[in-house]
Amino acid sequence: MKHTISVLVENHSGVLSRITGLFSRRGFNIESLAVGPTQDPDVSRITIIADGDEHTVEQIEKQLNKLIEVIKVRTLGKDECFARELMLVKLSCTAEKRSEIMTIAEMTEAKIVDVTLTTVTLELCARYKKLERFIELVSPYGIIELVRTGTIAIQKGADVMDRKK
Amino acid sequence: MKMKACQAMVECLKAEGISVVYGYPGAAICPFYDALMDSGIKHVLVRHEANAGHEASGMARITGKPAVCVVTSGPGAVNLITGIATAYADSIPLICITGQVNTEQIGSDVFQEADITGAAEPFVKHSYLVKDANDIPRVFKEAFYIAGSGRPGPVLIDMPMDVQRAEIDFSYPEKTDIRSYKPTLKGNAFQVKRVMAELEKAKKPLICIGGGVFASGAQDEVVELAHLMDIPVITTMMGISVFSDDDPLFYGMLGTHGLPGANRAVNECDVLFLVGARVGDRAVKTPIELEQTTKILHIDIDPAELGKNIRVDVPLVGDAKNVLRQLIGRAKPADHSEWKAQLDSYRIKRSYGEPKPGTVIPRQFIDKLSRAMPDDTVVTADVGQNQIWTATSFHIGKGGRFMTSGGMGTMGYSLPAAIGAKMAAPDRAVIAICGDGSLQMSMMELATAVQNDVRIKLLVMTNNRLGMVRELQTNGYNGRETAVFLDGSPDFIKIAEAYGIKSCRVTDEKSADEAIELLTTYDGITLVEVMVDENEGTL
Ligand SMILES: Cc1ncc(C[n+]2csc(CCOP(=O)(O)OP(=O)(O)O)c2C)c(N)n1
Repeated sequence: MKHTISVLVENHSGVLSRITGLFSRRGFNIESLAVGPTQDPDVSRITIIADGDEHTVEQIEKQLNKLIEVIKVRTLGKDECFARELMLVKLSCTAEKRSEIMTIAEMTEAKIVDVTLTTVTLELCARYKKLERFIELVSPYGIIELVRTGTIAIQKGADVMDRKK
Repeated sequence: MKMKACQAMVECLKAEGISVVYGYPGAAICPFYDALMDSGIKHVLVRHEANAGHEASGMARITGKPAVCVVTSGPGAVNLITGIATAYADSIPLICITGQVNTEQIGSDVFQEADITGAAEPFVKHSYLVKDANDIPRVFKEAFYIAGSGRPGPVLIDMPMDVQRAEIDFSYPEKTDIRSYKPTLKGNAFQVKRVMAELEKAKKPLICIGGGVFASGAQDEVVELAHLMDIPVITTMMGISVFSDDDPLFYGMLGTHGLPGANRAVNECDVLFLVGARVGDRAVKTPIELEQTTKILHIDIDPAELGKNIRVDVPLVGDAKNVLRQLIGRAKPADHSEWKAQLDSYRIKRSYGEPKPGTVIPRQFIDKLSRAMPDDTVVTADVGQNQIWTATSFHIGKGGRFMTSGGMGTMGYSLPAAIGAKMAAPDRAVIAICGDGSLQMSMMELATAVQNDVRIKLLVMTNNRLGMVRELQTNGYNGRETAVFLDGSPDFIKIAEAYGIKSCRVTDEKSADEAIELLTTYDGITLVEVMVDENEGTL
């Protein structure tokens, strides 16, 4: 089962390697990991999509909490948060397929960011599931390159992750 | 006050009450050594950096406070890793200071550069690479606080040479406040009530103690609670010597190598109360069976240990000393005579056969020696058969102390750990018990003991084998014994002579008695070699 884990950390060099080291060392599976600064320049927020049963997720949370520079850990339930991932995908595309692909883009709210004689590059920001469906949809045209950021997530409503332990 | 950064490092150590450091110099740590020279802090020159970690560990386990080791960059730092990992596995508080190449050279593979914060990451509670000398006071303050509080552990401070040479305005912070590190010390009142309710309901309660009791300094509290509520006690290897072997409530060590009675107690109790014991695989082989038949209560300061290895019915996060105090405050006297009588019937009296000529029975000798030693003797056991013999046959008197490398099982630990322990407790007898294999992993430390006149006693159980592995091969590999023969080992009596150490060899009952006489009367470094049958079993 996939879990969305949000982690607030001190923005120190080396923090990311401590976190990824912990995952590999303890045999936890990371599906994706996204990291960036928050409104507070001293604090970064990491969103991890991890695979495992309840016991594993509990251990992941507890072990993350043991890292001195981890300020807060929270597993976000599916209905608790908005989750988004950005994807860029370059398709092989000659003139005759162009309009087909443009239709798909329109229907899926993907953006065309670049066109050449032989390729088209699309951008899509959506939930994980939607990205997967989109990939399915466009793969018949031939995916030349695909890049994803990994999921980031934020709680719904007024709920926030406070910066106290 | 303006001063050199290396001077500031020394001032930090002084402010933390450090009077001894264990170390080994090299170019990258020379600024610090230069400042250390006039500081009044004693420097003990180890003969291999791993042992700087073990010696500091021996000291920390006696004082209960972080102890310091210091090494140079590159090979010195990498050599120390075994010491760091060993301390980490047993939650021992260490401050490990490593020299590092100049900051602007980091990452360019210059001479003796090693990414030690990276390499040691899996084995430290926390680490720092100090790039700005102005951070030194804060970093040291935090490092000592982190190492010694919560679940203790080693903290590494990597100090580039140019940072040590910088000049800073020094003042040592009084307090430290790390927003992301707040260990839970007091037990949640509701959970405390639940634990007490279960203990009161239990017909056959059992307390299992671990190394966490020492880490918390909660020895008196466990003894008090057990006696108040008349609850039998067993221990993991790390909890040995919290209870004296003379305590009628104490039923010994559990686990793969433990006493049958202690293991039966675990299987037959209805409520198992774990205190600072993490239910390691050597202690409880089949936690899944246990959690089905037994109600499990667990105190640990590390929330991650609760539910990690065994499913817990009532988890209680907190410092054992505080939590036990909270429990004692609610405890009512109880009587478990019937249950104790049942456990008493499982106690065994060991009987010993005739030794092979030229040898003695190791357990018998260890038992006899331990009863002749003062009650408050500190014994450090190495790893292998000698460790199990010591763990289960060295009679612990009141105020005695047993220590060993429990989690990592690092051969060579006992001698350096004994040196550290003796320096922390110069008035107590300190004896290291090791095998002829393990001695040769840290034998160089005899020089450290001699140089600093640290009067440890050393017992070498010679079976000319890596005994525990030999036994594994005998039983598990159809007797195909390989790479376990120690032929080529030196004559340890001559080795002792070469170091100027008093020594003798035990080959029969008479020489055994003479050795015990020497060990109990002579106040100097002593090495006793005990000849043991190469086919002697562990259990
Ligand atoms: C550093 C290290 N290397 C290897 C081992 C594996 N090992 C465990 S027990 C043992 C044999 C120990 O031999 P010795 O010290 O002679 O003690 P004995 O078992 O004979 O009492 C070995 C090699 C270990 N625990 N530590």
